[in-house]
Amino acid sequence: MGSLRGAFAGSLLIGICDTFGKAYFQTVALFLIYLTMIVVLLIRPQGLFGIKYSNVAAAPAITTRVGAVTSSTRVAELAALLALVLLPFAVGDYPRALVSEIFIYGIFAMSLDLIFGFTGLMSLGHAAFFGLGAYAVAVLGAQFGLNAWLGVIAGVGLAASGAALIGVFCVRTSGIPFLMLTLALSQLVYTVALKWRDVTGGSDGIAVAERPSFFGLDLSRSLPMYFMALIFFVLTYWGLRRLLNAPLGQAFIGLRENEQRMAAIGYRTRAYKLLSFTIAGALAGLAGGLYAIFNGFISSDAVYWTASGDVLIMTMLGGAGTLIGPAFGAAIFLLMKNVVSSHSEHWMAIIGGVFVCCVMFFPAGLWGTARGILQRAPK
Amino acid sequence: MNVLRVDRLCKSFGSLNVTDQVSLAIGEGERHVIIGPNGAGKTSLINQISGQIQPDSGLILLQDRDITGCSPDRISRMGVARTFQRNNLFQNLSVMDNLRLALQIRHGTPLNFFLPAAGSAALSERAASLLAKVHLPIEDTRLARQLSYGEQRQLELALALASEPALLLLDEPTSGMSPSETAQIIALISALPRALAILMIEHDMEVVFSIADRITVLYFGKVLATGTPQEIQTNDRVREVYLGLSR
Repeated sequence: MGSLRGAFAGSLLIGICDTFGKAYFQTVALFLIYLTMIVVLLIRPQGLFGIKYSNVAAAPAITTRVGAVTSSTRVAELAALLALVLLPFAVGDYPRALVSEIFIYGIFAMSLDLIFGFTGLMSLGHAAFFGLGAYAVAVLGAQFGLNAWLGVIAGVGLAASGAALIGVFCVRTSGIPFLMLTLALSQLVYTVALKWRDVTGGSDGIAVAERPSFFGLDLSRSLPMYFMALIFFVLTYWGLRRLLNAPLGQAFIGLRENEQRMAAIGYRTRAYKLLSFTIAGALAGLAGGLYAIFNGFISSDAVYWTASGDVLIMTMLGGAGTLIGPAFGAAIFLLMKNVVSSHSEHWMAIIGGVFVCCVMFFPAGLWGTARGILQRAPK
Repeated sequence: MNVLRVDRLCKSFGSLNVTDQVSLAIGEGERHVIIGPNGAGKTSLINQISGQIQPDSGLILLQDRDITGCSPDRISRMGVARTFQRNNLFQNLSVMDNLRLALQIRHGTPLNFFLPAAGSAALSERAASLLAKVHLPIEDTRLARQLSYGEQRQLELALALASEPALLLLDEPTSGMSPSETAQIIALISALPRALAILMIEHDMEVVFSIADRITVLYFGKVLATGTPQEIQTNDRVREVYLGLSR
């Protein structure tokens, strides 16, 4: 980065890898490209020819602590929960399914928020863990006839171990190199999903063999599906809030605020970053597993890096560093995707425009901005 | 036994020798001040002792244990605390949260992921006594960035004291302070328990001579002289290259 000669040599290197790869090992060509990138990033995070620059911390704009639980927030939460419980009885199948999807992507976005918004590490590879969770459900079901709930548990475990493994490499860096490493490593996961067709179905995808029941309720109907998603969403939200107000979560926030100082007062900073990355990966795996059950289908598109970009947009749209914000971001993103795409095929352009405006005018995200106004109002 | 012994430490950046065969020893409870003109390698030396920079060669012994090249967090857990030349706090966290982060590593449960951090009465008590020690208001709900500059320096000191170190490294604790704030922080440092060894960088000569048991003068990365304040004051070479320059 930051050097013309480097950009040229880099493209040459990738070109060589690509040609040789294609010639000799058809299926692993993509691997080689990403492996080169990973090796370079690990050995010289500044790039092959780059000048070493100080780490550009991807510090999110929002910095207030997760609200201590006061009675007024309790009331607001209970009201919101009540509304969400009553909502499905007022609407038909389609909105129920849409909101269920929002819950699942809300879990996904909140999990990214843990590593990005609260630990201060911007990841562009989070979809890999979502994918691991989803594939665990689909593949284990198809190959071994495993019950989908066991698949979800396996998926969470798989995503957590995947995140721990990928994290070991990534947490050695921060800022831009961290971002690129997560991108490259997650693209390795994508390559596996794409090329291992016998198992994953590649870009054609794989169907979830059988929808499980949820405490005896049939998940092929929209109402039980809605409540299943709602329960997991609320549990994740509650769990993350406990975490962030507990000593461990405070340590994550400390890392975001000032990593050098955290080391100076005795924290093994890499271990804490790895822990945050692993927890976030496990929750993304949970979201992925639930999505496989919800959608009944998973293809390699779900682990492509643009999927990581989507969830990053959701998180920033709602407000990184606020807990519920990313869930709102997921809601806005999916609502726009569904509503706008029924009117215009250029829905991505419109979402992109909205995102640009939000980042320019509400750098704290929509929820972050709204909360800022709410907090200032009574004083 | 020396609390700290630095033996023939060397560090260079390219052709610049920031630390050149530096040796020094600090006894128990000793207040040792490093002086020297800008660029003499004072902060680099502290950064090597606290692990921020890896030395090229030489030894650093903390209570006879080799800590040369250890990571900053390891050295911190072994009993070396430091402050930074420029305030280096958790700016967006409250004063209490700043202290809890520093305290929980030794006295709390930093891996607890479920119970509220603010719930530990023992930690709150320790935090309150630290605040009292550095003369900050005990019921302080402000964020660190809302404190005045001088108060931030005080909090910086409290964060360093939180780990109950055997050795405290202070990098220009009075830099950027008004005369009255300087007097206050010097009173704070003087009031610290005598058992605590302190290695401190300072420019203000009045402060140096009021605190120091012994002084080391650094000049272009080398130790020019070490001794008691009287010895340093009467050392001809020191007068020549250092005191002579600044007067």
